Amino acid sequence: MSSDTSSSAKTSTAPGTASEAGLSHWVAYVRFLWRSVLLATDGTLLFYAWMTVLTAVAFVGANAWAQQVAEGMALTNMSNQVSWGLYIANFTFVVGVAAGGVMMVIPAYLYRDERMHAVVIFGEMLAIAAIIMAMLFVTVDLGRPDRFWHLVPGVGQFNFPWSMLTWDIIVLNIYLLLNLHIVGYLLYMRFLGRAPAPRWYVPFVVISIAWAISIHTVTAFLYAGLGGRPFWNTALLAPRFLASAFISGPAFLIIALTVVGRFTTFKIDRRPLGTLVSILKVTTLLNLFMVVSEVFTEFYSGTHHTASARYLFLGLDGHTALVPWIWIAIGLNVVAAALFLYPGTLKNRRILVSACVMTFIGCWIEKGMGLVVPGFIPSALNEIVEYQPSVIEWRVTAGIWAFGLIVYSAAIKVAIPILTGEARATDGDNGR
Amino acid sequence: MDDETRKSLQDEAVDDPGSDNPGSDDPGSDNPTRRRMLKAAGATAWFGALGYSLWPMRKYIKNLDQDELLRDHYKELSVADKKRIFAAIEKKTEREYGAKVRVSDPPPMPGVKYGYALNLTTCIGCRKCVEACRVENNHDRTDMQSYIRVFEIENMGLDISKGRLDYDHPVPVKGRRYFPVQCQHCDNPPCVSVCPTKATWKEPDGIVAIDYSWCIGCRYCAAACPYQARFFNWRKPRIPANEVNPDQGYLSNRVRPVGVMEKCHFCLHRVRRGKFPACLEACPAGARVFGNLRDPKSEIRWVLENRRVFILKEEQATKPSFFYFLAE
Repeated sequence: MSSDTSSSAKTSTAPGTASEAGLSHWVAYVRFLWRSVLLATDGTLLFYAWMTVLTAVAFVGANAWAQQVAEGMALTNMSNQVSWGLYIANFTFVVGVAAGGVMMVIPAYLYRDERMHAVVIFGEMLAIAAIIMAMLFVTVDLGRPDRFWHLVPGVGQFNFPWSMLTWDIIVLNIYLLLNLHIVGYLLYMRFLGRAPAPRWYVPFVVISIAWAISIHTVTAFLYAGLGGRPFWNTALLAPRFLASAFISGPAFLIIALTVVGRFTTFKIDRRPLGTLVSILKVTTLLNLFMVVSEVFTEFYSGTHHTASARYLFLGLDGHTALVPWIWIAIGLNVVAAALFLYPGTLKNRRILVSACVMTFIGCWIEKGMGLVVPGFIPSALNEIVEYQPSVIEWRVTAGIWAFGLIVYSAAIKVAIPILTGEARATDGDNGR
Repeated sequence: MDDETRKSLQDEAVDDPGSDNPGSDDPGSDNPTRRRMLKAAGATAWFGALGYSLWPMRKYIKNLDQDELLRDHYKELSVADKKRIFAAIEKKTEREYGAKVRVSDPPPMPGVKYGYALNLTTCIGCRKCVEACRVENNHDRTDMQSYIRVFEIENMGLDISKGRLDYDHPVPVKGRRYFPVQCQHCDNPPCVSVCPTKATWKEPDGIVAIDYSWCIGCRYCAAACPYQARFFNWRKPRIPANEVNPDQGYLSNRVRPVGVMEKCHFCLHRVRRGKFPACLEACPAGARVFGNLRDPKSEIRWVLENRRVFILKEEQATKPSFFYFLAE
């Protein structure tokens, strides 16, 4: 899919001998992809070990999902009361990571910060990996994955525009294509040793910024639109989702860039990191502020509708499964926010990465299990049925995370030699 | 492809030695042949492991038949399609449950819109309706599934939020009231709007139906329903052969496939043939009133016009076709 869009884009970058150049671009782009496969499957022993471990975890997840498909969703601990669990919690969170991934794009392109350009591509690759994970999390949550085609517009019955899920399917797929195109195009041009033509990527970059906002807004609307679930039925949900997206994305990028700097020849400039930390300074505080707003509104009014919030933060009628989780999340987010404000954090990479890890986990709990599960507890008719994920659910979830990391690691593995100029097209490959 | 591989590998070895040479830790792997062999072995092991991990799915895949896989949405089916599909379901039910059944899809009657009213004064909480629903609608027998759930509440007020579903003592208890809840067949159903595949919809006679062969099992409708009226088939329903109800509706009580949603359908296969829902027939207290809202002479209209009637969660603006009333 990406090769199609990208290579057709390339075709038109070479005016004049259109047909000849077009044909050779088709060939050259396929060669570029093949070279990418080779780059992604070649590496040091450490790289092989890392990928092997991830692959093993991914296969454990695939095996758990295969069992779930064969035996039915009864292997999960979801119920008629808590009908979404760990899968949809993770889906919600990784959509945020995908949206946050392009936060690096804004300073780079809107404020013309040239030094950000080199690292922008890491954000967009993160978006690609996260979208793939989001799609997998939805797929494993389906009771009938064999009927997936019912969702395909034109072939199945697509309930657009009424169902917010159809909006989500559209925006996520377009976001994936946008990022595949941008990353594919920029790397391909570098590979050929040519300057990328702005008209073939700048408009897409601008669209992808708006699109990043849209994917997480639509995902929030998925919940916020349900009048029967007061915990989600709040206008603050979409802004809250965006705030945590712009925490988890940049936080993960700082971690990833640190790992890349440690294990490869590719060194990241201090300046982009400073920009990311500036983003985190604001968004961690904004996120906490909005949590406080919600908590105040829920608890001060004290109506029936606050039962879910009460369950989450204090426990309800002796049911307290989520209480430790949410307080851990809030603790992690508060400490991380304080660390980002402390000027010394940027200078000490170890503290910086720990703060990022803390807030990443904090948001994962808060915008994952802490958001999805209390929506169902108590149920629409006030029953309290608690939920703890089953072993199968944890395995599938770990498998998808491992797969996402495989995709991201492979993408980085391909991108670095191309960005540093170590991998270049040979004479036969250069698309002329 | 193989030539290409070899060429690229050689290119790489020649053009940029050491750039990301995999063998820097392993002196032996500088040899392209050995590296290729290692890669081939790795790829083989990879596919083997993938196949092994997905192996549990073979049973599921074997059970999928092409007709079921490619079956269209109910509303797209022709008369011939239906004939073929109903026969296939009958055969499958006989094969899997050992019961001879007949599948049909009685159409909605013109000029009919169903309404249901429940007298909370006379309901004694015996749960005969719950049991009748289970038997009529081919529910799973091991987890005691039913579309009706009865809350036991205090007599003062009508707040079911403090009610109990798990009461287990002789009924009725003095000073308590019993409050059965099932699908309210809303005129403005949130479950229908949220469904991404149009697998659930409002029929002309007001019944909110589900196409069990079209639902993908995303459970968004369960999240949207304010009445907790939608249930998921977490596993294949287990029903003894002699307990399978052979009179089955495609949109109602046929044995549901695993992984799809289900809910009360007002016994569509009965009411469209002029019968009452099974829950009404089973009620020993006469607490249930069912009929055509468009018929001014119907009993349900009499109740709506002469009793103090209310609907559940009015603030949700779902406009239920299910009403509650008190006789006093």
